[in-house]
Amino acid sequence: MTDFIDTSAPPDHAVKKAAFGPKLLLSENHHLCAGCGHPVAVRIILEVLEELQLKERTIGVFGHGCSGTFNTTADVDVTIALHGRAPACATGIKRMRPDTVVFTMQGDGDMVSEGLAEIMHTAARGERLTCFLLNNGVFGDTGGQMTATSVLGQRTKTTIAGRDAAQHGYPIRIADVLATFPGVSFVARASVYNAAGVFLAKKFVRRGLEHQLEGRGLSLVEILTMCPTGWFVPTNAGPGYLQDTLARDYGLGILKDSSTG
Amino acid sequence: MSRVLLDGSEAMAEAMLLAGVRFYSGYPMAPSTDLLEHMADKLPAAGGVFINAETELSAVNMAIGAGMTGFRAATGSTGQGVSLMQEAIAECALHETPLVVFTIGRMQQDYTQSTRGGGWGDYRTICVSPKDVPEAFELTQLIFHLTDKYRMPGILLTDGMLARTHVSIELKPQEFEALPAKDWALDGTKTGTGKSRNYWTWNMGKHNNPGVGPSVHWTNLAQKFEHVAATESRWEQRFTEDAEVLVVAFGTAAKFVEYVVEEMRTEGLRVGFFRPITLWPFPTNALERASAAARVVAVFEINAGQMLDDVKLSVCDKSRVRAIGGISSDRSGMNIGPMLDAPVIRARVQTLLEDGR
Repeated sequence: MTDFIDTSAPPDHAVKKAAFGPKLLLSENHHLCAGCGHPVAVRIILEVLEELQLKERTIGVFGHGCSGTFNTTADVDVTIALHGRAPACATGIKRMRPDTVVFTMQGDGDMVSEGLAEIMHTAARGERLTCFLLNNGVFGDTGGQMTATSVLGQRTKTTIAGRDAAQHGYPIRIADVLATFPGVSFVARASVYNAAGVFLAKKFVRRGLEHQLEGRGLSLVEILTMCPTGWFVPTNAGPGYLQDTLARDYGLGILKDSSTG
Repeated sequence: MSRVLLDGSEAMAEAMLLAGVRFYSGYPMAPSTDLLEHMADKLPAAGGVFINAETELSAVNMAIGAGMTGFRAATGSTGQGVSLMQEAIAECALHETPLVVFTIGRMQQDYTQSTRGGGWGDYRTICVSPKDVPEAFELTQLIFHLTDKYRMPGILLTDGMLARTHVSIELKPQEFEALPAKDWALDGTKTGTGKSRNYWTWNMGKHNNPGVGPSVHWTNLAQKFEHVAATESRWEQRFTEDAEVLVVAFGTAAKFVEYVVEEMRTEGLRVGFFRPITLWPFPTNALERASAAARVVAVFEINAGQMLDDVKLSVCDKSRVRAIGGISSDRSGMNIGPMLDAPVIRARVQTLLEDGR
């Protein structure tokens, strides 16, 4: 008999009625801030790994930053690469163990600032890897400084009055760049600021991993995530801020899918 | 077994194949480029993977990834290129990944870099340095054994002169003690089983299976490095018992010094020879014993005085230590200069002998 939730009146206190955590998550505890979008993105990735039956054959290479902290709670054989070097490390792993599924999970500071050379050349080589970019346009782990993907006008601790192209340069649209590489077979950008975005993100994550399973080239799935702490906005303003800034400037959708021509 | 005529670079490449190396990535830089080219040629044919990396940073991080999976992996470069790899070499030591780095120097200016390094944390790197091509062939095999045995990075330090000198050698595999299975290797098989691995310098383990954490992990590593220091130093010494002047040298320079000392001994001159084969661990106790009776301990190296520090740390009464080497390159700055010549070395040793009369 299902224990239905009584919605006729607010409950006295929070009661957990059911667990919907992904099977590949060892604990729902994490150290990230309230309103952070990363846990949503990580959940999506773990759910898809389970759904595609990639247990016992998957290796994750995490970057440094907020997303890397899931190394202790994701039930995945994981290593943390040096800052920015995850695609290079993953290249060595995948070449030695071509029968495994190897993915990287990096933030924008890790992939696009510190590790631009590694992701570009790994993509150029067409390594059979799936790279997840959790992009919130800011160094969250260090407290809110500008990254290579901070959008114009974005206030960070190192662009106090907002990112100004004349002074700080322009953001790098890494997904758009990689979509032009012959070695890259799938590129998509999604967000997690609302349910529709989460649904789409999951579809893209699945498609990205399928490209690796099908032996195509490198797949990149960029997921835009909220960082209200690093954006200096109230927690509940995170989704709206993401929609009005990064999502608006970068645009969402599939940028390349070589399997559909 | 027949002998083949190989230069030092090709000898090291052949030794890597005999050692079962499966992955090599690198970036060209003289005089390490020849080794890179030999591996590009030989490794894929032997069923391994070679990658011409975009930078030394990527080269070393690819090799780390390969090493984490349990296969033998290596990279190599020269001076500045190995400088770029320092962060990664330290990381390897701290997350216990076997990795071999070939440092083919221009002169002998990479001693401090190879023995101290510029990485972060309480880490150590095994470093071996051959005196000639046959020994380079042997030590290449040894360094892969030691790095696997202790799960730590190792450096084979040599120079362009050795790398480009042709010597006939026997392609004979070395025999080593059996190593334990690599149950730590990252292979993806634990994903989703509740026993997944977390391969990290902090050794935090997983939420349901916590590791010891950084403080204990790094302390354990420090104890491991102490054990390696106590058990793995290697050296060669000759005529040390009654030597008035003991000459200490490493690598290619040691080959020249050995010749000079032998020649002077045939004339009845009381000179001796000491050569560290492992630069880390430096054979401190052996040198202390070997130098106990010497009036002067002379250090000959083609740099401004790098191994000199280790010799001073080893010899009782460091006032006996004299540097008799120095910087010496050709005009290009890429090759060892005229100081590396037997008559030059002999004259310097002779002066020290006569000073005491």
